[in-house]
Amino acid sequence: MTATSELHVAMLRRMLLIRRFEEKAAEAYALGKIGGFCHLYIGQEAVAVGSLSALREDDYAISSYREHGQALVRGIPPGAVMAELFGKATGCSKGKGGSMHLFDASRRFMGGHGIVGGHIPLAAGMAFAIKYQGGDQVCICYFGEAAVNIGAFHETLNMASVWKLPVIFLCENNRYGMGTAFERVAAVTDVVEHACSYDMAAEVVDGMNALTVYDATRRAADRARKGGHPTLLEVRTYRYMGHSMSDPLHGVYRTKDEVEEQKKKDPITQLAEKLKEEKVIDQAHLDTMDAEIHSEVDEAVKFADESPDPDAAELYTDVLAD
Amino acid sequence: MPTLTYRDALNQALREEMQRDPSVFLMGEEVGVYQGAYKVSRGLLEEFGAQRVVDTPIAELGFAGIGVGAAMAGLRPVIEFMTWNFALLALDQIVNAAAKMLYMSGGQIRMPIVFRGPNGAALQLSSQHSQAWESWLAHIPGLKVVAPATPADAKGLLKSAIRDNNPVIVLEGEMLYNLKGDVPEGEHLVPIGRAEVKREGTDVTLICHSKTVSVALKAAEQLAEQNVSAEVVDLRTLRPIDEAAILASVAKTNRAVVVEEGWPHVGIGAQVVDIIQRDAFDQLDAPVQRVTQADVPMPYNKHLERAAKASPEKVAAAARRVLYLE
Repeated sequence: MTATSELHVAMLRRMLLIRRFEEKAAEAYALGKIGGFCHLYIGQEAVAVGSLSALREDDYAISSYREHGQALVRGIPPGAVMAELFGKATGCSKGKGGSMHLFDASRRFMGGHGIVGGHIPLAAGMAFAIKYQGGDQVCICYFGEAAVNIGAFHETLNMASVWKLPVIFLCENNRYGMGTAFERVAAVTDVVEHACSYDMAAEVVDGMNALTVYDATRRAADRARKGGHPTLLEVRTYRYMGHSMSDPLHGVYRTKDEVEEQKKKDPITQLAEKLKEEKVIDQAHLDTMDAEIHSEVDEAVKFADESPDPDAAELYTDVLAD
Repeated sequence: MPTLTYRDALNQALREEMQRDPSVFLMGEEVGVYQGAYKVSRGLLEEFGAQRVVDTPIAELGFAGIGVGAAMAGLRPVIEFMTWNFALLALDQIVNAAAKMLYMSGGQIRMPIVFRGPNGAALQLSSQHSQAWESWLAHIPGLKVVAPATPADAKGLLKSAIRDNNPVIVLEGEMLYNLKGDVPEGEHLVPIGRAEVKREGTDVTLICHSKTVSVALKAAEQLAEQNVSAEVVDLRTLRPIDEAAILASVAKTNRAVVVEEGWPHVGIGAQVVDIIQRDAFDQLDAPVQRVTQADVPMPYNKHLERAAKASPEKVAAAARRVLYLE
């Protein structure tokens, strides 16, 4: 198998891991094992996988509250992510963050953040530090299209462009901010157009295709590493599930037909079919992979289930550093 | 010991810390080429260059968040707000990002950042530019809040703030920048969380911070002429607050007046009164009195403005009330 084929198979595997992980998370949520808000990534797997597969381990990644997928691709063990969703002491944020605040500083996964658009300046800040320290890393920042209406987005793009910061602003345009269609609340519906206001490189990317996301991210990363130029990527994708676990898959704001239509472009099916056509894998290979991932995710649930709650004394730790 | 203005003491603290640690940088509006809206950063651009003294657009939310991100990646940002009134735009970054980062990451990501700038009313700047925000900021777990009253404390607290591994809010008194005082040279660190008795007394405790320290000291002089011995306790830090210092003074005088620039409702004084009623109830000889800004937006007219602000006369009158002298 060529290196490229190996990469593509690895990407397929990562997407499948996210899909199966999220299915289990939905189950666990229904069983009451996960509390609070829980925003699933099903349908958007190609975005996290395509982009993060194109970056280096020492690059920074930061995301919103729909970040299970990025956390997994970044290499946080599924058990540590599931345990965090379960609020357990073995979770990647010690059970203090939950679904919306997954962190692993050792893997430079700098969080899940819960205020729409609030983390966009943080990404530029990490890029500022990279430049200050003379590094050649980049920082990638994930946010939804609804965050584009937030002031923080505009203030940050302006400064990132003025100061030539090595940051990739990756907008996951899944068309709905909770239950509000983007065109109902945005005067400019092509997110990519906003780059013009800030003299920034930009691309529209098919977010249902992991390979196009990979290529676009590579171009953006090269631009950032060479001259510290930021890029805005508008990655068009779709979430199959509701905004969070508390709302239905479709209903008042979108139709069942629309969701079904989108599923025809499923990112996992697309890449699997391509690799089968290229004879890189066959159905048996795919079935084995899926079975392995199922058991990996089952293990994650078992680990989360059996892990202890945080000690009561943890309530008062980590408020202030020494 | 050299005499410096409060402004130059802050400047010295910034310069010394930037010389000491290359990861410290200053960012904000007009901090570089213009030399600082209040000249606190005078000369720093020339000494440290544009990479470490960074002029920003007028975008408080954005550059406060860039500071938070830089701290996540290992730098020690000092974020200057031209005034704390404008910092309201950045509260999301201060409260939701900086103050929560260590906790919600399960202790993984430290947040060594300073947010500083002038706080409180100056003269005739009217409603939007004459506000004291300490009770808002001191409310938040995960933050430290300091409010120096003298040049020496300004230098010592800012240096401690920059070396702290947590987000520290430094509230500078807008009316204090020209205040002169003795300032120790070089390594002068004032510990965060420690109050200081600025004047010893036996009859009543005046608890204050920032600009109201000079108000309380003047009140203490007026009271001395009436044979009342007032002790002035400068809180210096509002979070964590020095409960022991408050209680020690009240144990001595049995009477207290709390003075602040902010509004009365849910103010710093309300918290101080809670500490006293809880832990010094039996030592009190009178209910604690408070002197605050009037519970109104600040008016422009200078007579109305004077009527709205805490003053030595108001503090002295409150002290006489707790002594049952009027």
